[in-house]
Amino acid sequence: MSEHAHPTVKTFVTVWAALLVLTALTVFVATLELGPFNAIVALTIATVKALLVLLFFMELRYSTALTKVAVTAAIFFFLLLVGLTLSDYLTRGWTSYINPFH
Amino acid sequence: MWLFLVTEIMFFGGMFATYLIYRLSYYNAWVAGSQTMEIQLGAINTAVLICSSLTMVMAVHFAKIGNRKLTSICLILTLLLGFAFLGIKGVEYHGHWVHHEVPGLNFDFEHHGNYSSGQVAIFFSLYFAMTGMHAVHMIIGAGLLTWLLIANWRGRFTPEYNTPVEMVGLYWHFVDLVWIYLFPLLYLISHHHNG
Repeated sequence: MSEHAHPTVKTFVTVWAALLVLTALTVFVATLELGPFNAIVALTIATVKALLVLLFFMELRYSTALTKVAVTAAIFFFLLLVGLTLSDYLTRGWTSYINPFH
Repeated sequence: MWLFLVTEIMFFGGMFATYLIYRLSYYNAWVAGSQTMEIQLGAINTAVLICSSLTMVMAVHFAKIGNRKLTSICLILTLLLGFAFLGIKGVEYHGHWVHHEVPGLNFDFEHHGNYSSGQVAIFFSLYFAMTGMHAVHMIIGAGLLTWLLIANWRGRFTPEYNTPVEMVGLYWHFVDLVWIYLFPLLYLISHHHNG
């Protein structure tokens, strides 16, 4: 890692301010009636915040390719866990099986 | 450290997946449970954690340039903000206890709508499991910060050797990351919906 590709104090303070603004924004949006979009907007903002923390505070942006691959793989497997589990539970009503939740 | 955090993603991931499945299955109970949350306290705690992440990142920065005094100050600030978070979380837990919202111990949830109090008990069980495991991680983080402070005070860290500070920093940010998702999922997304 070369020295010039290193985050500065200014970067950290900017990211910190952005995180606080996004927190205020997500709390404000929660007071609006948006139906299913409440969840979508809140989780989108959370993901932007998570990316800011990962890329700058955890310095993933300045890390080696190996580290980036490891983190991407972890996120992929987490989405696989949620995605495949939901694809089971959400489609149970489509067949004649008894849905345990109804 | 990154490999450990990767395992942590899956550890918390299991609880997040459970939470999402039950939210879709027992939606009305989830809305009712979620609406008992103190959004203000949750928002303050989110801000406290974000500030602690900034002080942590500054501690790593000062350790790397060999400024022992400012490293210590930033570590102390991080530790204090961590305790502030746990204190506010404690106030919330106390509120849940007073309102009989602790499953297994004093659960008595008055429900009005198309759901059962047992379903709300599942919400609160997951709430306590997720925020509880998060709090345990915070307490471990506080222990690690104390260890760093002592090592830094003894002059263990130099611009050439500061890996422990960097690693604890990664851990601390990860705990912040978990909260970044816990806050909207538990407090915000059901705030305006009807159970």
